[in-house]
Amino acid sequence: MKAISDIQEEIIDEFMLFEDWMQRYEYIIDLGKSLPLIDEAHKTENNLIKGCQSKVWVHADMEEDKLHFTADSEAILTKGIIAILIRVFSGQPPQAIVDASTDFIDQIGLKEHLSATRANGLVSMIKQMKLYAVAFQSQRQ
Amino acid sequence: MLKKEEVENIRADFPILSEQVKGQPLLYLDNAATSQTPTAVIDTIVDYYSRYNANIHRGVHHLSQTATDAFEEARATLQEHFGVDKPHQIIFTSGTTHSINIVASGMSALLKSGDEILVSAMEHHSNIVPWQMLCEKTGAVLKVIPMNEAGELDLKAYSALLNERTKMVFFNHISNALGTVNPVAQMVEMAHRVGAAVLVDGAQAAPHLVVNLKELGVDFYTASAHKMCGPTGIGMLYGKEEWLLKLPPYQGGGEMIAEVTFDKTTYADLPHKFEAGTPNVCGGIAFGAAVKYMNSIGLDKIGAYEEELTRYASEKLLEIPGLKIYGTAENKTSVISFNVEGLHPYDIGSLLDQMGIAVRTGHHCAQPIMDFYRIPGTVRASFSFYNTYEEADRLVAGVQRAVNMLQ
Repeated sequence: MKAISDIQEEIIDEFMLFEDWMQRYEYIIDLGKSLPLIDEAHKTENNLIKGCQSKVWVHADMEEDKLHFTADSEAILTKGIIAILIRVFSGQPPQAIVDASTDFIDQIGLKEHLSATRANGLVSMIKQMKLYAVAFQSQRQ
Repeated sequence: MLKKEEVENIRADFPILSEQVKGQPLLYLDNAATSQTPTAVIDTIVDYYSRYNANIHRGVHHLSQTATDAFEEARATLQEHFGVDKPHQIIFTSGTTHSINIVASGMSALLKSGDEILVSAMEHHSNIVPWQMLCEKTGAVLKVIPMNEAGELDLKAYSALLNERTKMVFFNHISNALGTVNPVAQMVEMAHRVGAAVLVDGAQAAPHLVVNLKELGVDFYTASAHKMCGPTGIGMLYGKEEWLLKLPPYQGGGEMIAEVTFDKTTYADLPHKFEAGTPNVCGGIAFGAAVKYMNSIGLDKIGAYEEELTRYASEKLLEIPGLKIYGTAENKTSVISFNVEGLHPYDIGSLLDQMGIAVRTGHHCAQPIMDFYRIPGTVRASFSFYNTYEEADRLVAGVQRAVNMLQ
């Protein structure tokens, strides 16, 4: 298992490869299209993230002490952004998710290239994933 | 109708239009939200703060008098522009939302339980929520004038809704989400036949049409300067004199009083009764300058050009497979609301933003319309007279590029 910080480094490197933001957007769209389907049963009101302009559902399952996320959104760019977050956080122990820094978002310049509403949505998504981690962590204790 | 060279000259009046966004020339198509500001208006604002910034109406000194004169001259400009009898029928407000709230709040003293008020199905939230609040307060009942698939109000249904219990009717002159131009004069006449008062939200119409309020016969009309080449935070409420006299004041404070004792306060005459506190003096003066600027071009020419440009852009956009335009009323202008099959409006809007193209995405504060079409929102491109045919082509190419990337 790779550490969260290593995965974040990889993502920063990948984003550096692109020449401009249109190419980065194309990459995010591809990630969005390849995001595995979420179980329809998990697209519930409870799993809906508040603060996003397009509907976003995030679901978490615990398997062998690791947290696994699945998600979906109506908008492809949003799906692409969740795909990045899932790559960073999914398959990690809850404590590591709680402790993880999210500076990589700023380092790849994602926030400044999102509209304010989308950037708020991104913050809400990260918060929700960390909340899941806190919840599963406290269940274990 | 504006000629190509005229539009080029007009563009030179707007410094912001030569801005670069994300490395590309700005293509501004969010005019229905806020229009851009010409140098004439910017200069007026600078001049006000450089030469005669002062509180108005009460001062005995020179600056106060100069500011008062300029503020009242702006009111007279609006009076003349909107074909109104007396200057005091124009109340300066912070904008359309404020204007509507003045009327809704005042009407709470005049309505009783069982009265009915009608609101159209294509309203902005700011022309729905104040009336819902009014109904909660008074026990009056809110009824909705329905619209058809094209985004036109159903006048037969409207006629059937009108009865002796109908006390007020509210609708917009032009829909911000669909661009529909509603038949104001006809609808006003129908309402007046049952004795109902009519408020028309003119926020979207005032920037595009010659509006003569006397001819339209409306009881109340609202507009916002920031959609008419003026600054934000200033707008107007027009009212027929008998209505403005009947409505109680909205806020208490300075400027709106005639005499104050601890036993009783008598209110000032119109328009000051509704202008409590220090008004947005600079905004009012700049609003007048903006209207003068638009009139120097001619609203009839502006309107005709925008209608043609909107039609051209609509036809070109419709060549993109799967693109659907919402709001296809016979009489429409300036606004194109659309979606592309299978794609979310946010995705298209975000990619257009990367290309330097400013459009709006979402429900445009008109959720009932989105519910009607069963969509989460639309992409909305809204045109102004400084937009060009080349820009319309650039929008179409941008949408096509976004669609190619997303599909």
